[in-house]
Amino acid sequence: MATAVNAPEASSGSQPAGRRRRGWRDLPVLRQVQQSVGLQRGMLVAGLVLTGFFVLTAIFAPLLAPYEYDQLRDATGPFGAQQEPSADHLLGTTVGGYDVLSRVIWGSRTALFVIVAAVIFSLLLGVLLGLLSGYFGGWLDRVLVVVADAIYAFPALLLAIVIGIVVNGGQSSLFGGILAAALSITVIFVPQYLRVVRAEVVRIKSEAFVESARVIGAGHWRIMSRHVFRNSTRTLPLILTLNASEAILTLAGLGFLGFGIEPTAAAEWGYDLKQSLSDVTSGIWWTSIFPGLAIVLVVMGLTLVGESLNDLADPRLRSRRRGSAAPSDVAETSVAVGPYTAPVESPGGTDGLERPTDPQEGQR
Amino acid sequence: MTTTTTELTGSTDAPDDEPAPRRRRRGGGGGLGSYLLVRFLLIFPTIFILVTTVFVLMRLTGDPITAALGGRLPAAELQERVREAGYDRPILVQYWEYLTALVQGDFGTTQSDNRPVTEVLTTFGAATLELACYALIVAFLVGIPLGRLAAYLRDRWPDAALRVFAILCYATPVFFAGLVFKLVFAVQLGWLPVAGRATTGSEIQLQTLDSSTGIYLIDAFSTGDGEVVSDVLQHAVLPALTLGLLTAGVFLRLVRTNVIGTLGMGYVEAARSRGVSERRLLRKHAYRPALIPIVTVIGLQIALLLGGAVLTETTFEWKGLGFQLVQYLEARDFVAVQGIVVLAAVIVAVINFVVDVIAALIDPRVRY
Amino acid sequence: MSGPTRDVVGIEDLTVSFATDAGDVAAVQGVTLSVAAGEVLAIVGESGSGKTVTARSILGLLPETATTRGAVLLTSKDGASTADVVTLGRADLGEVRGRDAAMVFQEPSTALNPVYPVGWQIAEGLRAHGKFSKKEAREKAIDVMRRVGIPDPEHRVDSYPHQFSGGQKQRIVIAQALVLDPGVIIADEPTTALDVTVQAEILDLLRRCRDEFGTAIVLITHNMGVVADLADRVAVMYQGRIVEQADVRTLFSAPQDPYTRQLLSSVPRLGEGRARTQDRADSRTRAWESATPVVEARDLRIVYPGRLRKPDFVAVDGVSFAIRPGEVLGLVGESGSGKTTIGRAIAGLTKVTGGSLQVLGTEMNGVREKRFRPVRERIGFVFQDPASSFNPLLSIADAVAEPLVVHGRAEDPQDARGRVDELLEAVQLPKAFGDRFPHELSGGQRQRASLARALALDPELLIADEPTSALDVSVQKRVLELFDELQRELGFACLFISHDLAVVDLLADRIAVLYQGELVEEGTGAEVLGNPRHPYTQRLLASLPVPDPDEQARRRSVWEQLQGT
Repeated sequence: MATAVNAPEASSGSQPAGRRRRGWRDLPVLRQVQQSVGLQRGMLVAGLVLTGFFVLTAIFAPLLAPYEYDQLRDATGPFGAQQEPSADHLLGTTVGGYDVLSRVIWGSRTALFVIVAAVIFSLLLGVLLGLLSGYFGGWLDRVLVVVADAIYAFPALLLAIVIGIVVNGGQSSLFGGILAAALSITVIFVPQYLRVVRAEVVRIKSEAFVESARVIGAGHWRIMSRHVFRNSTRTLPLILTLNASEAILTLAGLGFLGFGIEPTAAAEWGYDLKQSLSDVTSGIWWTSIFPGLAIVLVVMGLTLVGESLNDLADPRLRSRRRGSAAPSDVAETSVAVGPYTAPVESPGGTDGLERPTDPQEGQR
Repeated sequence: MTTTTTELTGSTDAPDDEPAPRRRRRGGGGGLGSYLLVRFLLIFPTIFILVTTVFVLMRLTGDPITAALGGRLPAAELQERVREAGYDRPILVQYWEYLTALVQGDFGTTQSDNRPVTEVLTTFGAATLELACYALIVAFLVGIPLGRLAAYLRDRWPDAALRVFAILCYATPVFFAGLVFKLVFAVQLGWLPVAGRATTGSEIQLQTLDSSTGIYLIDAFSTGDGEVVSDVLQHAVLPALTLGLLTAGVFLRLVRTNVIGTLGMGYVEAARSRGVSERRLLRKHAYRPALIPIVTVIGLQIALLLGGAVLTETTFEWKGLGFQLVQYLEARDFVAVQGIVVLAAVIVAVINFVVDVIAALIDPRVRY
Repeated sequence: MSGPTRDVVGIEDLTVSFATDAGDVAAVQGVTLSVAAGEVLAIVGESGSGKTVTARSILGLLPETATTRGAVLLTSKDGASTADVVTLGRADLGEVRGRDAAMVFQEPSTALNPVYPVGWQIAEGLRAHGKFSKKEAREKAIDVMRRVGIPDPEHRVDSYPHQFSGGQKQRIVIAQALVLDPGVIIADEPTTALDVTVQAEILDLLRRCRDEFGTAIVLITHNMGVVADLADRVAVMYQGRIVEQADVRTLFSAPQDPYTRQLLSSVPRLGEGRARTQDRADSRTRAWESATPVVEARDLRIVYPGRLRKPDFVAVDGVSFAIRPGEVLGLVGESGSGKTTIGRAIAGLTKVTGGSLQVLGTEMNGVREKRFRPVRERIGFVFQDPASSFNPLLSIADAVAEPLVVHGRAEDPQDARGRVDELLEAVQLPKAFGDRFPHELSGGQRQRASLARALALDPELLIADEPTSALDVSVQKRVLELFDELQRELGFACLFISHDLAVVDLLADRIAVLYQGELVEEGTGAEVLGNPRHPYTQRLLASLPVPDPDEQARRRSVWEQLQGT
């Protein structure tokens, strides 16, 4: 039994007594960059660069874009429809006569708005429900889990359409459009946050330190806020990035199906792609390629970040430095912390984010 | 993922089948039979929840007639039509009526072309089914072997390349992938048709067939005309690739992650310690246990596939349910939309049940 | 034992280091060892000593982060070939693994693949080393299963791992090794995950492997009793180096190295605590006998409801006992005996489903949390797992202050700091440790802090659930001593739960033995351990290996007799 534990008395006890300072290196994401090695680091950094580029573009869109998103003419007259890329219009113009480059740049703004709104809504609701569901259990938990499972398994796009109908009604102003998209995405994501947070809460609830708080006589509120809540949000940055990328895909999907935002209200990549559908047959490529590429790059960036965080969080997936030839002196840290000693309970499970891997999970 | 909390004092010297305190078990005990029964019964609340959610959401905006025609008809006439259709009665009555009709297989009647929704479902369902099958074949053929390869070559450059490929697959919106495929293979190179399920000539031939299944490939074989078969296949290539690659990316990641997980398990190490070759470790010892979670999650990808089908069908004018859904959306025919969405709910619930059964059957811990 | 003629394993100047986030860490330094054919060599050490790494390097089973230098010579059983494992390529390693040396793992449940029948898994090793028809492989599997003592092997060969008990699984893991007829079996803590009665059976089986198959064994263990039971020769490792190598009798009777001596003196021995118990019993007045018990259980029954039409699980069935003020009751039992459940029920963590359980005057059967909360102030609890018993986000001082704050004895953690410092001092931790976070403390230090937290409110009753079972022996010894001191000083009553008879005997006034949810025997240490009446207690006692080779040989014969009857 003694060997099952990774921290022997002799080890950390004799380590230097000073507490590690908690500096900027400990910020989420930055800490992971430090941890990562080789290809994994490359993927994470590439993702961060793409994501950073996207956010900066969105923030500085008014400065970067040559024209407004709904501008059809300048001092010299109308732009003209389906113009090939030229010095005036670097990426050409659309079938509606807008400047493609400007639409692509302004589109990043819309995308960012939607991501932020959707993530905030679903985070608040999902975390709260997950906390309650996991902590109290009982019938509330069962009902929430069944509902979450049902929605989770349902095609996200169809649900988004239904909600789009509800929210949008008929008008599609910038605010209404963004709200519709954000709400649709929220409904899809709340079950995911609920699941992840609930799973974490259930795990933490059985940890000795929570039981210890119960034995002490701490009330539910104190246990939840002081012991459970902060420990259960460990995986959130990770699903946050993955969900942000899904949010963009859903927004674009809605736009493509005609539930997007009118071109006069804001620029939206999915809408532009829908408009370019007929161009493709006649060989006009610039109207579709650029907004499409914008989506791909942003989603790739976010996904790379999310997946890298996921890998780093999972000891089985994390790659480690290879051994070098010259060992230093005998260190006092336990080698039992080495990668092979930690037994993983079941072969199941990709990670906390994936859908249930335990066939009975859904029934509880 | 199983959160077993065993007493840490050591292993119980009784078969694991015997319950231990504070231990949550996978399956077992009550036997496969009762597990399947409970899992089967769970289909109904799932469908019920989705149907209710959709109903409530759709009616939040008001009745379908006002939604479709509001502003285009004089107010009095509109009210008359609403009353005729019974949309002015209490919402609970309407809900009950809707549910009872649904149980009898009546999904309502479309407003735009006045057809029973069930008829729409059967007419266009076959096309969607056909597309989904093609896509699944592509996804399995691409995703699973590549996922295994990536796991085997973990952290080397082919693995990184495969992962980026996987991410690219699901980072690309299906409709954009479709557009690019069209642009390159249909418009620029001219190798494949731009859109549709078959050329007009073939379609006429297929529709005059006596026993038409609606699945073009099968029907094409029934005509016995090789040209029709090749025509149908050519039309299927791009949509199948578009939708299939999306799912393949997910499968690749899933297989890679799970196989890497099982490759690190004690039993693989134990087999290695007895001299079992690395290839065999991957093919036999790590792959089989990884398959159980893979199957479960693959089942849940059906949702992704259905959502993707709507977009793929629109991109390629593939006249299936997804394509039709968009037509009804544009016509603001929400009865039809609701019907199609509810059908999707039923399909998803049933497929997830079937997948869980398969997962349980390949897991000896549940089987015995 | 016939004189060893040939070495099957020769390790020369082995150095292994691992690449970690914090840089390279050497796990093994300059180890030189040899194992003769048919010999049992025990490698002993505490966690982090490098014993497991040394053993794994014999099979080249180290992770990619490891760098190995030196030589590991492995000779086949017939002496025909010798290979240096360190320099072998992948394919050649596969040849050697299993054929020349095979491994038995600590956790039999993770060493077996859950989705294949055990027979297939046994045959898998055969297939890797030669051509066998399906039928031949199956017959060999059945044969070896019979030889390791699996009843009805003809049918069981098709069963899956989860259909076997923990002990049987370990037998199958041993069978997997034996079927290849290797020159040496490397057994890495082969009995650590098992109950003591099962451990005795597995040790017996390993001994038979040596005797009947002529297999040498490299036994990795932290348990000196196991060493005394099985080993011919012992190598003691400390911080990556071998500090002493000797014949088993020499090592136990005349240890040379100071570390070995310290290690041996740390092992709790049966009967050590008896004098102390007697002292305490003598000092008690007659009135104490009739004092109201702190805890009193009468026909206590605790049932976990079964899910999905599964039968209910009765964890505790008709148990009666009492703990008087200031008394230490040791609760002993193997896994699944219900001992932890009883501890949890007393602390109000598990519902009582039948009978009566009085805790500090409150009836726990049907109690409401609201009514029990004031009683909680008078109860302390020390959990088994030092790794998870502290909130990772709170400093030690905050965690120790938690009970004070919850029960209104302090406004906030800062306010409680004075008392926290006192408590830390009482458990012999420097005050400065209060500012540390749990991960910055070792297991033993965390258990001390855990004790400080449990004692913060000066409880009348302390429940300690296996408080030292996750610790190394030398650390365990110090924590137990501290525990004993505090108990005498503060005089709280205590329920001390453990699977280790020797540990319980050290501390407890009275010992209660649980078996499958029932209390089979209760009495003082002298009564229960000196003259056990219940057959289960007798078996339990005989199964416990003691750190003395001659004494253990005698006990083993007693155990064999008990097995026979």
